[in-house]
Amino acid sequence: MSPPIVRRGRAFVFGDQIDTDVLAPGPYMKKPLAELARHCMEAVDPGFASRVRPGDIVVGGVGFGIGSSREQAVQALLELGVGAVVAKGFARIFYRNALNLGLPALVCEDLEASEGDELEVFPVEGRIVNHTRRREHACEPIPAALMDVVAAGGLMPWLERRLGARAG
Amino acid sequence: MPAMTLPEKILARAAGLDAVRPGQIVTCAIDLLMMHDSGGPRRVAARLEQLGATVWDPSKVIVVSDHFVPAADLDGAEILALTRRWAAANGVTHYDGIGICHVVLQEHGHVRPGMFCVGGDSHSPSGGAVGAYMVGVGATEITGALVTGTLWIKVPETLRVRIDGALAPGVAAKDVMLHLCATLGMNNDRYVVEYAGSAVAALSMAERLVLCNMTAELGGETGIVEPDATTEAALRAAGVPEPIDYARWRSDPDAPVARTVAIDGSRLPPQVAAPHSPANSRDVAEAERVRIDQAYIGACTGAKLSDLRMAAEVLKGRKVAKGTRLLIAPASTAMTAEAAREGTLATLTEAGAILLPTGCGACAGMGAGMLAAGETCIASTARNFKGRMGSPDARVWLGSPYTVAASAVAGHIADPRGFLA
Repeated sequence: MSPPIVRRGRAFVFGDQIDTDVLAPGPYMKKPLAELARHCMEAVDPGFASRVRPGDIVVGGVGFGIGSSREQAVQALLELGVGAVVAKGFARIFYRNALNLGLPALVCEDLEASEGDELEVFPVEGRIVNHTRRREHACEPIPAALMDVVAAGGLMPWLERRLGARAG
Repeated sequence: MPAMTLPEKILARAAGLDAVRPGQIVTCAIDLLMMHDSGGPRRVAARLEQLGATVWDPSKVIVVSDHFVPAADLDGAEILALTRRWAAANGVTHYDGIGICHVVLQEHGHVRPGMFCVGGDSHSPSGGAVGAYMVGVGATEITGALVTGTLWIKVPETLRVRIDGALAPGVAAKDVMLHLCATLGMNNDRYVVEYAGSAVAALSMAERLVLCNMTAELGGETGIVEPDATTEAALRAAGVPEPIDYARWRSDPDAPVARTVAIDGSRLPPQVAAPHSPANSRDVAEAERVRIDQAYIGACTGAKLSDLRMAAEVLKGRKVAKGTRLLIAPASTAMTAEAAREGTLATLTEAGAILLPTGCGACAGMGAGMLAAGETCIASTARNFKGRMGSPDARVWLGSPYTVAASAVAGHIADPRGFLA
């Protein structure tokens, strides 16, 4: 059994349709991840990369991650230490990429949070606690087919386990 | 057996089931896997090594180098070299700098009706033009697919877009998709979009590709068109010798669909999308007089031979406006050659167009043609997200190749219908 995945941090709140060029701008795609991550969200919030701290939670509206299949859009957030993304809705490739890379992505339509609110996210149970507002919110469940991958910490650890089991 | 839509039939076949229903999660066997130089070997090679795993079936894997071609700097050159080495070492087909992946796959007849295909690129729905179910995924998932030869899919609901009434002169599939982005929005991830109707049946394969391609902008799972005699003719022209059972791959007439949207193509005027989203589309008349620094004809969406011909129709005997630059990056070298043979290329260059190398280029913020802060561009590409083509302070509009060419001549956004004989 993997340890339960729980993430706690400050909320960074964004609007609808945060696209993959905002998350991982095309002009920096050839660069190492650390350099790319410094430009994450700069088109909508130039100070984001310098203010975000490990464990912080990104909150988005509908269509979070719309656009390219580039998984650097997820990896830039992981590189900055983002602990989870909660949104009203995700673009399909971003959602798959996030869970495959071990970044909890949760759909929650009624989450109310302002920048700086202290959030705690329980991906497996499917709930979010806003400690600042003392409110709890339910999330849409992660599809069962993906829960194994999420519980393993992502697709690579899941594949390692599966291939290891086959070899052993 | 229950009545099924075309996408459901393909998923059922790939999953080895008699039938599937929306919401069901199925594991599909992959008939074709495509990846490119940006999301491909560069990002999967080390992961495969870490897993000690090999490609499940090299005959089903195709690598296309199209993002960093031709190398403009050392970073790009090293990525391209790694891609070549990996493709050779793993015995997979590699198209190296001869065109944009979605276009190259169809030029060479790799995608066939009824196939289940996976692409390491968000515009992979383009494969639906041939009557295949093709989805885009990221590089970690491509790694898993390369190892297992499978991909899980949550069977989507079918959204049918019926387009009847032939598109008017100067109006293209691109205008239809911009209109749909504005009316349906970009959050349609629960749907696979099936494009049907007499106007779709009348479209060329290149124009059907645009419909399916920009299903990515609708946020759909993928897009698809029922294969027909046009599909068969294109596959024959691509050198496919085997029989093509396209009649098998149709939606049952009584198959339920979640939603139907009807469009009268004959009444649709040219569309343009304002910065910074394809969903900001409106009739071109509402945007005329917006001054243009750069007009860009490029990408899988907007620089195929048919797109170059649209631009040439407008540009014939005209010149690009002073103070405006027109850049053209054809979608494949074979299309560039054909455009040269038939005279289309001369029409473009005589009008003052600057010819760029084939590849994804400035559409992906990767090649020549980047924008400075404060500049305004109109492009035949699929996306105008903030910062995508250069500075986050540049403004990108989207339009059809007709509209981009007309705007280049006028120096401001212009309705192409006034430029057609």
